[in-house]
Amino acid sequence: MASVLPYGRFTHAVVRGIPETFGKVEDEKNNKVENGETTMDLAKAQRQFGVLTGALRQKVGLQLIEIPADPELPESWRIEDVAVIQGDTALITRPFKQQRRSETEAVRRVMSELNLTVVEMGAEEGGSAGATLEGSDVLFTGREFFVGISSHTNYRGAEVLADTFRDFAVSTVPVCGGARLKNICSMGGPDTIIISNSDGAKKTLRMMEQLTDHHYEVLTVPEGAAANCVYVRGPSKVDYLLHPPTEECPESFPAFQKLTDYTLLPTACSEASKLGGSLTSFCLLINRKTYY
Amino acid sequence: MTTEPNSESSADQQEASAVPLLEADSFPPAAAHSTPVRKKQKGERAEGGVVPQENQLDPSQVEEDRTSHRSSTSKLSRSPGGGRSVRSYKTMQCKVTLLDGSDYTCVVEKRERGHVLFHKVCEQLNLLEKDYFGITFRDIENQKNWLDPSKEMKKQIRGAWNMGVAWNFSFNVKFYPPDPAQLSEDITRYYLCLQLRDDVVSGRLPCSFATHTVLGSYTVQSELGDYDPEESGTDYVSEFRFAPNQTKELEEKVMDLHKNYKGMMPAEAEMHFLENVKKLSMYGVDLHHAKDSEGVEIMLGVCSSGLLIYRDRLRINRFAWPKVLKISYKRNNFYIKIRPGEFEQFESTIGFKLPNHRAAKRLWKVCVEHHTFFRLVSPETPPKKFLNLGSKFRYSGRTQAQTRRASSQIVRPAPCFERSTSKRYIMSRSLDGAPQSTPKRSSPKRSSPNRSSPKRSSPQKTVSPRIKPPASLNGTKPTEMGSDLYGRAKGIAVSDLITTVTPEKKVEERKAEEEVEVEVQVEVEEEDETTKATEMSQPSPTSPIRHDTKTELTDTCVDGELTATESDQDDESELKTQDTVGTPEELLKHATNISELKRSFLETGADTAGLTEWEKRLSSSPLRSLRLDEAPMIEPLELDEVPSKEDEREDERVMDAGGSIEEEINHSPVDTKTTVPKPTFEEMSPELTALLHSARYQTSTGGWTASPAHSQALLKTTEKVERIVLQTEVVSSQQTEEVEDQPKEQPAEDQEQPVEKQPDDRPDGMEKQAGQQPEQTSALESPEVLTFNRADVMEETEMLVPQDVPVIHTEMKTITYRSREGDADTDPEAGVLMSAQTITSETTSTTTTTHITKTVKGGISETRIEKRIVISGDADIDHDEALAQAIKEAKEQHPDMSVTKVVVHKETEITPEEGEE
Repeated sequence: MASVLPYGRFTHAVVRGIPETFGKVEDEKNNKVENGETTMDLAKAQRQFGVLTGALRQKVGLQLIEIPADPELPESWRIEDVAVIQGDTALITRPFKQQRRSETEAVRRVMSELNLTVVEMGAEEGGSAGATLEGSDVLFTGREFFVGISSHTNYRGAEVLADTFRDFAVSTVPVCGGARLKNICSMGGPDTIIISNSDGAKKTLRMMEQLTDHHYEVLTVPEGAAANCVYVRGPSKVDYLLHPPTEECPESFPAFQKLTDYTLLPTACSEASKLGGSLTSFCLLINRKTYY
Repeated sequence: MTTEPNSESSADQQEASAVPLLEADSFPPAAAHSTPVRKKQKGERAEGGVVPQENQLDPSQVEEDRTSHRSSTSKLSRSPGGGRSVRSYKTMQCKVTLLDGSDYTCVVEKRERGHVLFHKVCEQLNLLEKDYFGITFRDIENQKNWLDPSKEMKKQIRGAWNMGVAWNFSFNVKFYPPDPAQLSEDITRYYLCLQLRDDVVSGRLPCSFATHTVLGSYTVQSELGDYDPEESGTDYVSEFRFAPNQTKELEEKVMDLHKNYKGMMPAEAEMHFLENVKKLSMYGVDLHHAKDSEGVEIMLGVCSSGLLIYRDRLRINRFAWPKVLKISYKRNNFYIKIRPGEFEQFESTIGFKLPNHRAAKRLWKVCVEHHTFFRLVSPETPPKKFLNLGSKFRYSGRTQAQTRRASSQIVRPAPCFERSTSKRYIMSRSLDGAPQSTPKRSSPKRSSPNRSSPKRSSPQKTVSPRIKPPASLNGTKPTEMGSDLYGRAKGIAVSDLITTVTPEKKVEERKAEEEVEVEVQVEVEEEDETTKATEMSQPSPTSPIRHDTKTELTDTCVDGELTATESDQDDESELKTQDTVGTPEELLKHATNISELKRSFLETGADTAGLTEWEKRLSSSPLRSLRLDEAPMIEPLELDEVPSKEDEREDERVMDAGGSIEEEINHSPVDTKTTVPKPTFEEMSPELTALLHSARYQTSTGGWTASPAHSQALLKTTEKVERIVLQTEVVSSQQTEEVEDQPKEQPAEDQEQPVEKQPDDRPDGMEKQAGQQPEQTSALESPEVLTFNRADVMEETEMLVPQDVPVIHTEMKTITYRSREGDADTDPEAGVLMSAQTITSETTSTTTTTHITKTVKGGISETRIEKRIVISGDADIDHDEALAQAIKEAKEQHPDMSVTKVVVHKETEITPEEGEE
């Protein structure tokens, strides 16, 4: 296939700033927030975002493209949801929530500027009518896609994805033990899947194991939040793993240390996680070097 | 291939069986693929001759007449045209569309088995690593079927698509090697590339734009050589087809990439092509439409690693071969039995609905073949032997492991071959692979860049349309592999190395066909304990009472439904031959049924595959347990039996009322005659019982029928009767088949058998083995009969037990029909009939019919196995050896049993009875 590289060879990251409307979404998610004291700390969230982007740029060495925050779009920082990128193709998704769909505009523009082939999910009516897909339900392993069927991503959305990335097997899996597929698992290396220890996550993992033709190493972490990490093999040929710090996931740190020769970058995202977000939510990772 | 009516297969195999025997003796295996001289002669004759197609008599036909006198009906039916021309009968023009789009035509004998054509094509292609390839044809539904190398072409092709004046085939990759780099020869990779290019262009192998460009660029490099700015214009690639929807943009990208490949050899470019294409998720996946248990449309994909389940483009499940315990099909259902997972306790069976029976069988076969090819070290031995129930079908070719080993032995200089133009300007084949239009040869073929001259910039336009056989290679094209990336060190080109030997076949062989019938009876006495030990498979013995068994059965109903495998098999037809030659009434019935059956078979292409159901059962029986263990997970058939058949048929009716006429016809006889419940088979397996159980409810109307059945079958049990009926019908069907299919000598003989021979054998049995002899009397009601039987059985058992001698006295007996009837009074010993079953299996040269009856007398369960082996072949069969072999096999399989009696009936052309052994 044209651009098959081991997972993690990224050159660019696209992020979007935290708007002051951060957390001001009147939706189920907000109501779900359990503790009464879960008022969003905007400043803290922005600080954490800054640390994250700094790590990506300065430590990992990615070219960072930051789309300015838009107060009209309180959830636009979850940029992961609005595009799925593999190789030189970017599929612009159709988020479940109507009000999030305009988040795609800025992202689409950036993708075009990066010379990526932009694929749309299609008109709201017609063939892909009713299809919804969010990037946080998509796990690309470098060899294949797993699409979690969740409250935000449906079967038709997965079909569109499969139609877009035809080189790859696209398997659907149930999302158990979390709201999104990426809440319970993420890539921890070219052939390594990090997954949470919950029963639900194990169930999803079993399904993934059954569906795959490949063999993956599985790194199980005791805390759910620790299952979402950002792995990048940077231009300097070093394996970086951005993971929740010990304050957030005290028990999972030993697990990460099993990853030999990795540079571990503890990166806080406690504010985002209050909204169901996680480290991967913040960025779209792209490899533009392989373009011939 | 699924297309051929199953019903044919039995006759088919019987015929075919004669050949292998001979061949095996006379040809070295290596020569197996070479074309026997005799065939060539015929082919030539047909080609050269101006012979009118009709009413042509020739000597061979006369022979045929002689031998087939018995089957006058069949003859009539089979030649609708009225006249019979030997040539038109025997030979046929074949057109094989090769991977480069060109056609290869040749003439084959219709009755030739598939491998003949296959080997011809491979020879033409100069292909040694042929195990990855196969020949396909379109069946009546325009579905792609693989030509079975071990079966007669004629049988497979009947009713196929577009098979009028000439037979149309395609040469295709059957097993896509997961790692093409491991192929030994570039020429093999080249053909694989051609197939894959077509797969890509047709859309069968979906890939992204980027991948299209990469693949396209390697294709261009392989065919045109280096990019040459002077010679190539700006659109030099636009004559290629790279993708289903090719755009200018795509072509530009291809050209961009192409420029980077300077100096790349064609073989190298192909290797790069393959390295990319093999990573595609749909690489080598053979898709079949199906529905899941909830009626949702899905696709089943068979590939080297297992079975994939797709809904639209999404993979929703996957069953790696190691997870699959069993694959089976029944009617239009396809089942896989899954090994319990880590967290599951029980095996589960998953069922899928296919569009029709044929599709189910096709899928099943493909699965069996893929599993065998990719997972096994060597092919499973086809169930040739004694007591095999189930489909005989196995993948008989080499496995990947074997073919790799073999190809590592290839010692020939790398053959030089033309790389023909890929499909350009040509519309891709339709997705489902509709016959593809032949690529225009108008565009001159370009010879691929030669290795020695990597920079070949100007395509040679002189090329011959086809790949040249090695012999022609010397000339301009040096074959030095040294520089080849993937090169293997091959010696200097000596084309002779590859020539295949053409063994001569005795023309006369066929003339004198002889049939040797061997009947071996094996009797076993088992203690109850023994039976218990084996109970797993045969649950019943201790409980003589039917009711018990029934209840057991009901428990397992669900399971049973799921596991039952192949249905509608032909195999049973064999059985019947033995059993059914029954009473005159029966014969009458047969006669009446024949026409119907014939029709039905013709239309249906009957789905009856071979012996399958029986085999399966056997497999579950203790006798077979050893072999089962060894056997790989793929069990073609699970317990299939007559009852289950009925069951199925019933179901079918119910379900597809108004379905195909054929089926209706087939079944109708059964239904009318079927009687109520049949407990007999329950013991074999609970699953069966379940089937039976359901069958019973459906077929409650039956009445008593006279049973020609074998012996002990205790007239008591109505079930037996039912079964018998079925069998007889099968027989008739077989006959009809023969009529149709076998214009030649064999059919005649076959038909004779039932009528003349069988009676003969039976009388013997009656005398000595009363129990096993078929009862002709319809006297189900008469108690006397029963007692008689008992007495006889007693005798027999006594006699039988003591004998251990492997070689028994063989007798030639010719007994007339009447005598049989007279004997009919004798009844097998009483006891309680536990089970009775008949199994038929066929090997290349023998047909084995096995009756197993199980009775319980005074605490001792007696299992009586009566085996009838028909060895048919040409004159040179060594009867003694064949017999000895048969007995040996029997003994091997059932060490605990003793052979008590062997009856040999030898039949030569005209005089059916003759020769003793």
